[in-house]
Amino acid sequence: MIPFALVVVLVAYVAGTGSGLLELGVSLPEVTIEKVDFVDSEIQATIRNTGPMPVQVVMADINDRIHPAAVEPDGFLERYETALVRIPFEWNVAEPYVVGITTSDGTRFEKEIEAAAPALEPSADLVVLFGVIGTFVGVIPVMIGMMWLPFIRRISREKYLFFMALTVGLLLFLVLDAVEEALDISAASLAGTFNGTMLVATVVVLSFLGLYYSGERLTARAGSLGLAKPVAVALMISVGIGLHNFGEGLAIGAAVGLGSAAFGAFLVVGFALHNTTEGVAIAAPLSQGRAPILLLAALGIIAGSPAIFGAWVGGFSYSPFASVIFLAIGAGAIIQVIMVLMRWIGKGGGSDDNGGGGDSSDGINNNNSNSSSSHVLSSAPVVSGIAVGMLVMYLTSILV
Amino acid sequence: MRRSVAMMLSLAMIAGMAVVLFPMIGEAKPAETTFVTHQGAVIKTSGDVLDPVYTVSTVEFDPDEFLRNFEYGDVSVSADGQTIREYTILANDDQIQEISPGVFYNVWTFNGTVPGPTIRATEGDLVRIHFINNGSKEHTIHFHGIHPSVMDGVFEPVGRGGGQFTYEFEAGPVGVHPYHCHVMPLEEHIIHGLYGVFIVDPKEPREPADEMVMVLNGMDTDFDGENNFYAANTIPFYYQHHPIQINTGELIRVYVVNMVEFDPINNFHLHGNLYHYYPTGTSTVPSFYTDMITLSQTERGIMEFVYDYPGPYLFHAHKVEFSEKGWVGLFLVKDGTEEADDDDAAAAAAPDATPDVPEGVYET
Repeated sequence: MIPFALVVVLVAYVAGTGSGLLELGVSLPEVTIEKVDFVDSEIQATIRNTGPMPVQVVMADINDRIHPAAVEPDGFLERYETALVRIPFEWNVAEPYVVGITTSDGTRFEKEIEAAAPALEPSADLVVLFGVIGTFVGVIPVMIGMMWLPFIRRISREKYLFFMALTVGLLLFLVLDAVEEALDISAASLAGTFNGTMLVATVVVLSFLGLYYSGERLTARAGSLGLAKPVAVALMISVGIGLHNFGEGLAIGAAVGLGSAAFGAFLVVGFALHNTTEGVAIAAPLSQGRAPILLLAALGIIAGSPAIFGAWVGGFSYSPFASVIFLAIGAGAIIQVIMVLMRWIGKGGGSDDNGGGGDSSDGINNNNSNSSSSHVLSSAPVVSGIAVGMLVMYLTSILV
Repeated sequence: MRRSVAMMLSLAMIAGMAVVLFPMIGEAKPAETTFVTHQGAVIKTSGDVLDPVYTVSTVEFDPDEFLRNFEYGDVSVSADGQTIREYTILANDDQIQEISPGVFYNVWTFNGTVPGPTIRATEGDLVRIHFINNGSKEHTIHFHGIHPSVMDGVFEPVGRGGGQFTYEFEAGPVGVHPYHCHVMPLEEHIIHGLYGVFIVDPKEPREPADEMVMVLNGMDTDFDGENNFYAANTIPFYYQHHPIQINTGELIRVYVVNMVEFDPINNFHLHGNLYHYYPTGTSTVPSFYTDMITLSQTERGIMEFVYDYPGPYLFHAHKVEFSEKGWVGLFLVKDGTEEADDDDAAAAAAPDATPDVPEGVYET
């Protein structure tokens, strides 16, 4: 408690009376143009003061040519404050534009838009359209993938392990993909002050820890909740994939929202193929127990429907910050799923303690199963499964 | 009667108290302001208008005052009958000036302004400049023209914090010339504003005219080696919302000096008319009759024209990038034959009145 109090005193001193101590060097203003919307006869830029001091926004330009404009609510921005700059401009569809903002010290900040496209107005039609797209991308492919279940049930243990490992490979790819996407967006649209890379890392870890903790509680109590352990595992996979699909929905909604419609169509086809494999991931652990059709449908909806919500959010209120956060949460969620699967595989696909696991957490096993687990993890079906999973995902991702 | 006065007073008091007690009410209702676009559309906003282009605004420096201001110096005559014109010019480099509405920039100045004073003499006059450098860096004045090497303002840097030097030379040749600081790094000293115009009139005076000076300049406010603003006489778009008033049938003479750095060329296009152009003003015979001339660094000349028809006419760089960053203005030509219109003209000339000019007429 005392060290904490001392830190508070230190911070108060440095920020207050002792602030003169830190007035070294020159601090420069920074304005980040986070978002540009093309509306009727107007280009609108959402800007944020991401510098170390307040700024006054005094001028706007398009393609480095000065235009009359307005800034709402006003041109004075405290640190991190945002404002909307409205620049009347008869823009042309599909042409590139550079939007510039000048502050009172004459510094100009700019953002380039590759192709202008009308901003989406939320309408019932679009809500339905995004819903349909989300269903095509999320729900249907996942359910199709789950149809492998009868096939997985009939195969030998080696082949089953292969499929489980394949799932791990698929998910591993998704993690890396999501992290890359999050880093891309943060590099392109987030100000340096957000420290994008570490933001992604932190959210991934927090998301993982949160789901790991609650996942452990879920499997530990699976028995008392009346859930078979394979169902609990499948449920966790569904939740993880659902979080991931929310991110995919965001990407699709944003692509359509930002006007790259053709890109959107490719995304839909690519993600649909891609996500079929996610259904396999959910189905794989279920091969061990009973799986009523309603349960399968529920799992499919948990995993797939977030794509619909993602598309709505991405299409109607795209925010780079929210996208980065959601992508990172999805990545953390999937890392947790991978962990669960690896443990599942390590125990030979759960065949030994099917339905058990109520008393001891999976981490605490006797020496015997530990050695067999490392044996299983390095077996040919598992290693090749992970490799094939990555490859399949890579190949289908080329379509996106 | 008394009752109503008392009532009004008490009402006013209540209103006053309300204002004091609930200041938020006043702020919570933002007044809508408007501005016009290039196309003439009127846009409403609840926020701040950012419009250096059409919204009438003023900054510290007054380009209208500079436009027709000529400094003839303190005049005396020497024993042998030569006219002596003495000037005092102070250099400074610590001034922060609003160079476009809301944009503040560290200008380096001769006598407190960019451009510096327009110095005017007749060919053969003795020009004596008492130069005092109050800046924090070394500065000089280098005149374009004919003079001895020691008066060239190159090899005798004048020390900071009050250093002095007296430049003395015979005015010549006839024409319009720039002067500027010539201390290295030269580009830095020029782009911050240490320049001005030096006019040498011929002994046989030119035909009487409505005369004006336009220094074409630019400002690189973010130091990236490209101009953020361009202008005639420093303030972007100024003569667009403060049109220059001239009369039909009257000879107009513009002394134009290009001081733009970074961009290899600048140019001057006049609408609805053509001008006779005298490069450097050294000849009494015009070289061109045109509406478009190209000017390189410190290239300059004299333009003469007469408008036959009244109305607003643009003048601007036909390097349109420059005009869209401020190097654009308007001549508002009044019917010089109708004296009766003077009142209207005076109203139109009032600095804060919205000029009687169609907005967004800016077609090139």
